[in-house]
Amino acid sequence: MSTNIKIAWRNLWRNKRRTLITVASIFFGVLLSAYMTSMQEGSYEKMVDMVVKYYSGYMQVHHENYWESKSINDTFEDTPELRQSILDHLEVDFVIPRLESFALASSEELTKGVLVMGIEPESENRLTSLKGNVNQGSYLQANDQGLLVGEGLANYLHLGVNDTLVMISQGYHGISAAGKYPIRGIIKHASPQLNKMIVYMTLPNSQDFFSTGNRLTSLVVNITDTNLLNRSLKQLRADLKPPYSIMSWQEMSPEMVQQIESDRAGGIIMKAVLYIVIGFGILGTIMMMIAERRREFGVMIAIGMQRIKLGAILFYETLFIGMIGALSGLLVSIPILMIQAQNPIPLTGQAAQVMDDYGFEPYMFFSLTPSVFWHQALTVFIITMVIAIYPIISANRMKLINALHA
Amino acid sequence: MTIIEISKLVKTYKDSEIQVHAVNGVDLTIEEGEFTAIVGPSGSGKTTLLNMLGGLDQPTSGHIRIDQTDLGALKASQLIDFRMRNIGFVFQSYNLIPVLTAKENVEFVMQLQGRSKKEREERTMQLLEAVGLKGREDSRPAKLSGGQQQRVAVARALASKPKFVLADEPTANLDSKSTENLLNIMEELNKKEKITFIFSTHDQRVVNKAHRVITLEDGQIISDIQKNPHHD
Repeated sequence: MSTNIKIAWRNLWRNKRRTLITVASIFFGVLLSAYMTSMQEGSYEKMVDMVVKYYSGYMQVHHENYWESKSINDTFEDTPELRQSILDHLEVDFVIPRLESFALASSEELTKGVLVMGIEPESENRLTSLKGNVNQGSYLQANDQGLLVGEGLANYLHLGVNDTLVMISQGYHGISAAGKYPIRGIIKHASPQLNKMIVYMTLPNSQDFFSTGNRLTSLVVNITDTNLLNRSLKQLRADLKPPYSIMSWQEMSPEMVQQIESDRAGGIIMKAVLYIVIGFGILGTIMMMIAERRREFGVMIAIGMQRIKLGAILFYETLFIGMIGALSGLLVSIPILMIQAQNPIPLTGQAAQVMDDYGFEPYMFFSLTPSVFWHQALTVFIITMVIAIYPIISANRMKLINALHA
Repeated sequence: MTIIEISKLVKTYKDSEIQVHAVNGVDLTIEEGEFTAIVGPSGSGKTTLLNMLGGLDQPTSGHIRIDQTDLGALKASQLIDFRMRNIGFVFQSYNLIPVLTAKENVEFVMQLQGRSKKEREERTMQLLEAVGLKGREDSRPAKLSGGQQQRVAVARALASKPKFVLADEPTANLDSKSTENLLNIMEELNKKEKITFIFSTHDQRVVNKAHRVITLEDGQIISDIQKNPHHD
């Protein structure tokens, strides 16, 4: 161990109580910040999951006018060539065809607007794991003539398995769409909002209901690695010419992206306040450490230590304080957050109602994404580096003769 | 051989409108192997002279040449390097590095000089033995008495093999036994190894041991007595 590091380390423990108080402030700051960040990111991940895994997928191919009009008229032909041209991209894992539109659904006495989604049951299950959400009845078969109905919708319409749902809508280019379908199963959709309005039917059945022929509103494109999203998007955009257009989940859910960004900004401000307080705590300790040892520094320079080396000792001391605080904070926060990630905090009362109204599960979820942890370490490191400038400047500006007489 | 030449040295402090000449036109030469005491009443300029001699303070005017090197011509970092290689310091309050053991304190300057571990350890043990601290090498300063700390400080000052040692009131905080002990050690090192010692002191015991006594008053040398001109 170099003498400079040895001196710095031993100096830390000359005033154990003060060092431990400073380390504790960093420890609690990192712990609190990691907890807060994990909770925030956990909520965002859940929101994104809700949209991506249970509904939109990472990308969708549409007719170029569909996203604006959301009209059944702006659909496109589902051809093997189109699917293959998408699947030819290495990052693309699989594609899922869908035909979506709205209808008015009725039971014997009640009526409600619903989202009708025509799907290929098996491939849809690959993305959304829909089969696992069936809590009454059975999942759809490939050429099933029946329906899957969201639990909230079924409850509203007072319908159960084997009951009949009547739907009326406008089909392709104004053709009347009407039909009555047996309910095969009731699903508890992960999205509370969809749970109250979703009706699944097989793709051929929905194409028949809306008289679209072999047309789709969207092809959901799933990729092997979410980190490759932007690259895949760029490549697909280059390959798919009009009338096709391709959109990422962020483009399809801009409100959610905006909500996450503004919420994240709020969190950053709170963490900044926390870290500023911690930073001044560290600075105070370092200033005290320097003030107490001016004569010692004077002696070291007098007997031949270059100021830059003295600055290095003080730099190490600052770094050690930051490192001990940050590492201990991280070491404690990791197991706590692992437990929390497995056991999200359930919300009750009005908070739960608000979450439900926004279409989210009433839980506080926690994220274990590495950035939750390394961001804290990086922040403390940057704060430490900034604070370390003070002792370096102080060592450089120190008047030797004054220091010796301090 | 002359190792220190001081010519027309002046140090002036400005206190509001009043100028104080702490050192006022001192001319002095110190030969290798001298055991010199600089005495004088408080405020006579002893410490200021020693500080300038050690390159710790800058003169207002005049020159200090150590072994033909003009201290005033050195840049700040060169001056630090020069001190490390040529000058040993013993301070009134010992000023050991509190987080280092006696051995580490002595080794410290040699480490700054970049000497090998073997050489450092050999010289450290030799010096600690010479100052009578064999067996206490692993003690930190707080565990040593004032006299023991000052002996470690002497060993530290000698570790770099300096051309001379400046000792500012080295016995001021010591009892008579420790003072006697310390002075004997320094005198022994002076005789055996021809190490030049320059003290500033009020202590008559130091003056009695010194071979040359320079008296300062109002920043000027008023007497310079060689008690043992044939010392070698």
